[in-house]
Amino acid sequence: MKQYFLNYLDELESEAIYILREIWAQFQNPAILFSGGKDSIVVTHLAKKAFFPAKIPFALMHIDTGHNFPETIQFRNSLVEQLGVRLIVGSVQQSIDNGRVMEERGRNATRNALQISTLLHTIEDNKIDCAIGGGRRDEEKARAKERIFSHRDEFGHWDPKNQRPELWNILNGKYFEGEHFRAFPISNWTEMDVWNYITRENIKIPSLYFAHQRQVVWRNGSWIPNSQFLSLDASDEILCKKIRFRTLGDITITGGIESDADTLDKIVLEVAAMRHTERGNRSDDKRSETAMEDRKRKGYF
Amino acid sequence: MSMQIDNNQLLRFSTAGSVDDGKSTLIGRLLYDSKSIFEDQLLAVENTSKRKGYESIDLALFTDGLREEREQGITIDVAYRYFTTPGRKFIIADTPGHIQYTRNMITGASSADAIIILIDARTGVIEQTKRHTFLASLLQIQHLIICINKMDLVDYSKEVFEKIREDYEQMASTLSIKKSHFIPISALLGDNVVNKSAFMLWYEGAPLLEILESLPVGSGNNEHYAVEARFPVQTVIRPQREGYIDYRGYAGRVASGIFRKGDEITVLPSRLKSKIKRIDTFDAELNEAFSQMSVCITLEDDIDVGRGDMIVLSNHQPRCAQEFDVMLCWLGNHTFRPGSKFIIMQANNEQTVIIKEVVYKININTFERDLNDKTLNMNDIAKVTIKSAKPLMLDAYAGNKVTGSLILIDEATRGTVAGAMVL
Repeated sequence: MKQYFLNYLDELESEAIYILREIWAQFQNPAILFSGGKDSIVVTHLAKKAFFPAKIPFALMHIDTGHNFPETIQFRNSLVEQLGVRLIVGSVQQSIDNGRVMEERGRNATRNALQISTLLHTIEDNKIDCAIGGGRRDEEKARAKERIFSHRDEFGHWDPKNQRPELWNILNGKYFEGEHFRAFPISNWTEMDVWNYITRENIKIPSLYFAHQRQVVWRNGSWIPNSQFLSLDASDEILCKKIRFRTLGDITITGGIESDADTLDKIVLEVAAMRHTERGNRSDDKRSETAMEDRKRKGYF
Repeated sequence: MSMQIDNNQLLRFSTAGSVDDGKSTLIGRLLYDSKSIFEDQLLAVENTSKRKGYESIDLALFTDGLREEREQGITIDVAYRYFTTPGRKFIIADTPGHIQYTRNMITGASSADAIIILIDARTGVIEQTKRHTFLASLLQIQHLIICINKMDLVDYSKEVFEKIREDYEQMASTLSIKKSHFIPISALLGDNVVNKSAFMLWYEGAPLLEILESLPVGSGNNEHYAVEARFPVQTVIRPQREGYIDYRGYAGRVASGIFRKGDEITVLPSRLKSKIKRIDTFDAELNEAFSQMSVCITLEDDIDVGRGDMIVLSNHQPRCAQEFDVMLCWLGNHTFRPGSKFIIMQANNEQTVIIKEVVYKININTFERDLNDKTLNMNDIAKVTIKSAKPLMLDAYAGNKVTGSLILIDEATRGTVAGAMVL
C-alpha cells in the first residue's frame, strides 16, 4: 500500500513555504533580510518556491556594514538581478556619517552592534512591517526562545518574557502603527538541515563557504581574514591557510576554520562531524554569555 | 550524511512537569548522552556551573537561555531544541512548569506528537501531574510518556515506581488518553534516559530515547488520510507574466486528506463547485497532494476564491457555522470582559466574533465542571459558545487538528488571548 508521509526535509520545506505565504497574506510590506549568508539564501530560495509561478513578492533588504567580503556583494547583486526583485540597502557607514551611531574603537572594534540602529531606521524609512530573517532556533540559546512571528514594539525592541503564545500552526501578525514583526520561516531548521537542503536543491552559495586559500590572522580562537578593515598590531602574524567559513557576517568578525571541504558533499560530511557550534567562530557572540539576547532585545537580527 | 537521513521522519515532543521536577535537566541529559551538545556549549555550561559553585555540570543550563532564567535557575518561556539520531529527527518544546503554566504548556504541546510528563519519585502524583495529564488529553496528544524521575533518591525502588504508576492510572482513568508509557529514570545521573540503568534491572522496558525513536508518527500511517480532504486557501497567486497571464492559483497547505487532479471540489463558504485542473509546485506539476504539502491549486472554472475560503472534496464537507461550541484556554493577562469583540483565526480565515456564553468551567484539579463561575482568567479552561459575524468552516478537533483549532485575538491589544478546540 502506498505510504503517504513527508520526509523531514520536505516537511520543513513545506512548513517554511506555509509561513512565507502567511507573511505575504498578513502584512502590507514585508522584506527579506538578506545578508548573503546561507540562511538568508535558503529563505530566498524557499520564497521562490512559495510564490511560483509568480516571482518573489518581497524586496531583499541588506544591512551593509561597509566591512564586507567582496564575494558577498557580488553574490547579492547577481541574485537580485536574476530574481528581478527590489534591493534595499541600509548603510552603516551612512549612519556613522550622519551621527546616528559612533564607530567602536580599539583592536576588537567591529560594526556588528552598530547594525541595530541602521536596521531599525531602514525598516522605518521603508515602512517595512515584517522583516523576514533566516534566524534558526538551534543557532543560539536566546534564539531558541524566538517565536516564528515575533513582535517588535515601536522602539523595535523584543520582549522575550512577554511573547505572544503561538499555538498549532496559527500565526498572529496583528500590530499597531509604528510596530513591526520579525518572521523566521526556518526557525525549526538546524545547521545540518540547511546544508542537507542546499545540497539536495543544489542552491548556489558564495564561494566563501568552500575551502580556499586566504590570508588570515589567529584571534580569539579562530582565523580572522586579513582585510583593509582589520586593525593589526605587532603581535599579529599574517599567515596563508586553506580555510572556509561556516557562517558569514561582517568581514572583521567572521572567523574561518581550517578545512579541505571544497564541495557541498564534503561540507555536509564535515558539518556532521563538527564538535563546535557554527557561531563559535563569531566574535560578536563571545562578548558575554548573553550577548545575543542583549542585542536581540534592542532590535538585532 | 545527507543520504542516511533522507527518509527520516520528524517527531515533535514536549515536556511537562512542575518546578524542580528536572525537565531542563532531562533535556540536557538527552542532548548530552545522545552527543548533540557541542564542545563550546559544554565548555560554557561547565564554566557557569563552576562559577555557581556546583560540583558537577548543571545540565539545565543547556536549555535555560535567557539571562533571568540562568540567574534564577528557572525556565521562563518555551525553548525549542533539536537533535537527530540515526533513526529519527526530533524537535523538543521545553515548557516551564510554574507561572503561566497552562499557557506555556499548551503553546509547547499544541503541535506535539508526544509529551513527556515528569513526576518526582519522592512526591508521586501531585496536582500539577493531574493538570498536565488533563491538558495532554484535551490537546489529544497521541503518546504520553510518564517519566518517574529522581529514582536515585528513592533507592531505585520498584515498589515506589509501581505505586506511582498505579496512582497515575487511577487518576487518569476518566480521561481519554491514547497511549501511555511509564519509565523510571534519573535525569541527573542518566539512568534509563539514553542508556539502560544498571540499578533498575527490574525495569523491562526500553530507555526513553529508544521509546522516542520507535513511536509511530501520525503522518506516517494511512489512518491519518482517512480524514476528509481540506485545503484552506492562504493566498491567491496571479503571476501576471508571460506564459501565465490567465493563471489564477490558490496557494495553501493541505490540512488533511488527499486531493487529486480531476477531483470534484466545493469551495466554502460560497458552495461553488468545480474540478481540480492542476496541482503545482515549483519543482513539478503533481497528480496528487496530501496532508502537510504546500501546493498551488488551479480550478477548471473561473470562480471567486480568496484567502480564508476552503476547498474540499464535494462528497465530504465540513460544518459551516456561525455559532458553535469550543473548549477554550484563556491565555490573556487580563480577565475576559463579556461583550468584547475578538478576531478569530482559524484555518487561515479571520472573522469578528464574540463569546456568547461561558457554558461551564473545568476545575483542572478535580476535572469537575463548574456551571456557575462565568469568569475567564489566565490559565482557565472552559466550554464556551462562540458567535461569528460570518460562517466558519469547522471540523471537530478530535478528527482534525488543523481545521478544528483556533485562536482569539483581542481587538484592543492585538495579542493572542485564547486558544480553542472545536467540539
